[in-house]
Amino acid sequence: MLIDILSGIFLAGGAFFCLVGGIGLIRMPDFYTRMHAASVTETLGAGLMLVGMMLHAGLTLVTAKLILIGLLIFLASPASSHALAKSALMSGLKPLLGATPSDDEVPPSKP
Amino acid sequence: MIRSLVSAVALFSFWLLLSGMFVPFLLAAGFGCAIAIKLFSKRLSAIAEESDVLELNWGKFIVYCPWLVEEIIVAAWDVSKRILSPRLPISPALVEFVPSQKTDVGLVIHANSITLTPGTISVEAEHGRFLVHALTEGGAKSLAGSEMDRRCAELEEV
Amino acid sequence: MLSAAALALLLTVALALARAALGPSVFDRLQAASTIGTCAMLLLALLGFLDERPEFLDLALTYGLLNVIGVIAVLKFFHLGRIANKSHENAEDA
Repeated sequence: MLIDILSGIFLAGGAFFCLVGGIGLIRMPDFYTRMHAASVTETLGAGLMLVGMMLHAGLTLVTAKLILIGLLIFLASPASSHALAKSALMSGLKPLLGATPSDDEVPPSKP
Repeated sequence: MIRSLVSAVALFSFWLLLSGMFVPFLLAAGFGCAIAIKLFSKRLSAIAEESDVLELNWGKFIVYCPWLVEEIIVAAWDVSKRILSPRLPISPALVEFVPSQKTDVGLVIHANSITLTPGTISVEAEHGRFLVHALTEGGAKSLAGSEMDRRCAELEEV
Repeated sequence: MLSAAALALLLTVALALARAALGPSVFDRLQAASTIGTCAMLLLALLGFLDERPEFLDLALTYGLLNVIGVIAVLKFFHLGRIANKSHENAEDA
């Protein structure tokens, strides 16, 4: 019973962070900042959801496979993100730098 | 040779995990596939036989993983707040810094950890030079000589 | 809660699809494709639980592997104009 509630909480959290990543993918102003939004989906969203499913499944072969899926996401997704960012920069896609006009938390400064 | 054997055994246990059935025919097929993949990858020279992947401080690595998870949760929460905030308070920055790792494994772990943490992405990773894109100026400034850098360097001390 | 999570994933896929349609660069579309891949993987795993068919997890695993290889293959294609790596021909080109 407790496990069910806990699993529900983890699944809801995962769903929330996946959605936030999706919203960020639409809202962010340029390619590089969109990658940060997508990485929220790929790390915390996917991770929480997998933990929720593991709690739902209990200690079976299913959990072992879920752990394998988690390892796959956590080991392979940085490699493809890195490849994507590097080839974008190499192909001449300039990143948007500096603070957004509406920003007043961080003082704008050029690197 | 020992490295080949270890990876063949790892492939075979991967097969066992996926199939979950222990019938003699399937066991034999799995064994055959593991050997065949090993031979093919040798022909393709896809796996560097002399790599030093296993020369890692595994005790420190086991401590490092939960720390990284905590770091990912904190960073993801911060990025989520920025995405949902109506003003979109971001200040993207591209920084270059010198990582303190010496071996390939340490550099790869450091670069992958940077990319895994939402808010920072390693764009270029070489010996003695990391180029990182960060979502905020603050995140960019805290990269050089960070705790992550120190912990990754500790992983190399075998 | 499983079906609610599946619904959220479908919404995320819809948002990523919108980004893939809007572009503007090919990298934006690839990033959207990779996000859709991650969501599809989680969705397949969730479907396995909803239908009580654990075989779906194997599909999710395969999809995840294909996703990574797919992104890198497409990147390489846009970079070099081909997927196969012929290093000796590269040397002649240069």
